[in-house]
Parts: sequence; C-alpha cells; structure tokens
Amino acid sequence: MTTDAATQTWTQRLANPTRFMALSGQILPWLTIAAIAVVLYGLYLTFFVAPPDYQQGETVKIMFIHVPSAWLAMMGYLMIAISSFGLLVFRHPLADVSAKSAAPIGAAFTLLALITGSLWGKPMWGTYWVWDARLTSVLILFFLYLGLMALRSSLEDETLAAKQTAVLGLAGVVILPIIKFSVDWWNTLHQPASVVKIDGPAIHSSILVPLVVNAVGFSLLFFALHMKAMRNEVLRRRVKALRMAEVEQAARGRDTSSATAG
Amino acid sequence: MSGFLTLLKRDLLLALREGGALGTALGFYLIVVTLMPLGLGPDLNLLTRIAPGILWVALLLAALLSLPRLFEADHDDGSLDVLALGHMPLELVAASKALAHWISTGIPLALMAPILGILLNLEARAYPLVIATMLAGTPAISFLGAIGAALTLKTRRGGLLLALLVLPFYVPTLIFGITSISAALLSPAGFQASFLILTAISLVSLVLGPVAAAAALRQHMQ
Repeated sequence: MTTDAATQTWTQRLANPTRFMALSGQILPWLTIAAIAVVLYGLYLTFFVAPPDYQQGETVKIMFIHVPSAWLAMMGYLMIAISSFGLLVFRHPLADVSAKSAAPIGAAFTLLALITGSLWGKPMWGTYWVWDARLTSVLILFFLYLGLMALRSSLEDETLAAKQTAVLGLAGVVILPIIKFSVDWWNTLHQPASVVKIDGPAIHSSILVPLVVNAVGFSLLFFALHMKAMRNEVLRRRVKALRMAEVEQAARGRDTSSATAG
Repeated sequence: MSGFLTLLKRDLLLALREGGALGTALGFYLIVVTLMPLGLGPDLNLLTRIAPGILWVALLLAALLSLPRLFEADHDDGSLDVLALGHMPLELVAASKALAHWISTGIPLALMAPILGILLNLEARAYPLVIATMLAGTPAISFLGAIGAALTLKTRRGGLLLALLVLPFYVPTLIFGITSISAALLSPAGFQASFLILTAISLVSLVLGPVAAAAALRQHMQ
C-alpha cells in the first residue's frame, strides 16, 4: 500500500472503483451537510438580508439563483470535457462514470439558468426571451447536453457509447469560450461579466456577498449530486455485472445438466 | 496524397453515378423554400427581408438530409474497414469523404440558392452575397457533419439523432452567414468582419471535423 501511494498519483489510485467507493462514502455525508448548510444560509441572505436593488427592485434576487446556475452549467460541461479527455487519453475507468453522471446534472443547471433568466427578463427587458448572443449560446449548450444524453442512450454497447459520447463531448467544448466571451464580443442585451473582472467586481458588497455564498453553496450541491450519481452508476454497473455472471452460470449449469441427461 | 485524391475521385464518381442523393437534396431544398411563403403569406416585402435567412436555414436542412449517407454505404459493404486498415490515416479518409460531400452536395446547394431566391423576391444586390457566404460556409456544414455521421453510424434512429447532435454545431455558421449578408446590405464596409469569421469557422471545422470523425470511426472498428 505505501509503495503504491508513493508511485501513483491520486487519480491513478482512484481508478480502483472499490477505493473510490470507500473514499467517496466517507466524503459524501460531509459534502451533503456542507452543501445543504451553505445553500440554506445563501437563501437566508437572499431573502432576508440582501437589499432590493434601486433599479431592479426585488427581482435582483433572481440573480442569486441565476448566476450560480449559469456558472455551474458551464462547469458541468467542463467536467464532462475533462472526463472525456481522461477516458479517451488515459482510459481512466471512472472517467466515463463521471462524464455520464455529470450530464443530467449539468443539463438541469442549464435549464435552471435559462428559466430564471427568462423570469428575470420579463419585468426587466419586457420579454421572456431575446435572441441575444449569451442566451442563444447557453441554449445551444443545453442542446449539446441533450445530444450527449441521446447519443449515449441510442448505443446498445456501453463501452462504445462511452467512447462515442466522449468524442462528442470533446468536440463540443468549443462552445464554452463562445459562451464566456459572447457578451464581450457582441454588443448584446445581456450584461457583460461583472463579478470576475481584472479590476475587481463591479457589484456592491451587499449584493456580492450573498451571490458568492450562493455560488459556493450551489457548487457544493453540484459536487455532492455528482458524487452521489457516480456512486449510483458504479453500483449499477456492479449489479449488471453480477446479473450477467448469474445468467452465464445458469446457462453453464443447464448445459452440463443436459449433457449428463443426454 | 495520391490515395487521398483517388478516394476523393471515387466518392465523387459514386455520388455522380448514383445520382439519387443530390437530386433528393436539391428537391428537398426547393420544397422547404416553397413552403415558407405558403406559411408566411405572399407579402413580397416581408419575403425580401427574410429571404437570406430562409435560404440559409433550408440549405442547412437539405445538407443534413444527405449526411447519414456519408459513411453508411462504405460501412455496410465493408470498404470502410479496408480503408481503416490501409496506410492512409483515418483522419485523411474522413477529410476526403467530407470534401467529396461538400463538392457533391454543398456546392450544388449553394449554386441553387440564387435560383430559389427568385421565388422569395431576393434583392438583386444580395445574389452575389448569398452565393459567396454559402460557398464560404458550406465546408463547415460538411466537415462538422462528418462528426455526427461518424458518431451515429451504428445507432438506432440515426437520422434524427444526427440532426440533434449536429445542428448545435451549425449555429455559428448560420449566424455569421446571415449577419454578413445583412451587414453588407446595410453598408459595404460591414461585410468583411462577419465574412472573415464565417471563413474562420469553416477553416477550424476543416481541422476539427476529420480528427473527431476519425476518432469516432476508430471506436466502431474496435
């Protein structure tokens, strides 16, 4: 064990699903508690502490959900892309498990970002939807998530499905810079980046603090959900392997019994 | 390189002598463009305004129709396996097939667009713009489409899935194809910026498409 630990990187050590299950089993409860606590605190700040904006009024509070969701929509795809790279290049056994379980979660956050955005857009811009660069590119990201899930479900062979989805996931990564910089490249209705900027955030701290707390809470939630989904996927594959072994054994037993009977 | 040209010539000959695919694509293009005025009403001013958009969207759909055949025939009769075993890299094979698709489908569709423009009352000065943007943009359609065609080679209900996978990748081409036309109609100076980006997308897809398609094809071979 000690020599293993010395020569292997942590990703290599996690390649053993049993080790991953043991480690994630220890981390997951704490991660879940932390996620719930931070999200609850973030919601408390959102509803009771953060002041209404002088222009946007109470609708600014939609932003506390919208902005973290949009960040996680992109981070989810980044996670899929990195996992796809890990599968295609390093053949890491857990990479596909990670890519598969990240897709529905990322798609959910993308949908959440789109829905909250249009709910905010109605009172502010006067319309639920505009075809501006940021909105359109996020919608494309949502379609990419759907395409990844559809491609995976349409291939019977699971290992083939994993690799093909990884190819699509890596090819689709070109959309991420387009989303990030769409508001800088084109003059659009959606406001440009205002939190992560070189010369400091352009938001007052009374709004910024709840936003950051929510972002941290949502990220913890994402990681907790992702880890839980990965554990479920590992267990699902084990059950499948056991079933296959059982069927094989039963078939062999019937063969031998029919052979002796014959 | 000779292998690349031989394969290209073979695919073009096949496309020419089979004949069906191109006719279907052009016919589909005609039908979609014809349906638009029926759905939108015969207001000529409205049609003039949205004609470039209709022509572009219909072109995407028509090109999409022929994409599933890109690797399918060669996969079914086993010649794709022979090509994969040969000394030519699979990336070049995919590139040659996509190029053949562009020459046999993309260019005819782009050249047919001005004829359909008459149906939509397209402005006279927009004709060269439509042809130019389509000739610059259709390579992206063929080369990015190759990724989708390779991925859906063995899937059930492949055609519909192909549309779902590939259309998101087409959106930048569509947007910049349209914006360069409309920018040029407003002021001649505005044309260059969008047109350069459109060309850049095509050039990027020339690299991305064959590499990703070959990676997908290799998984099928294993």
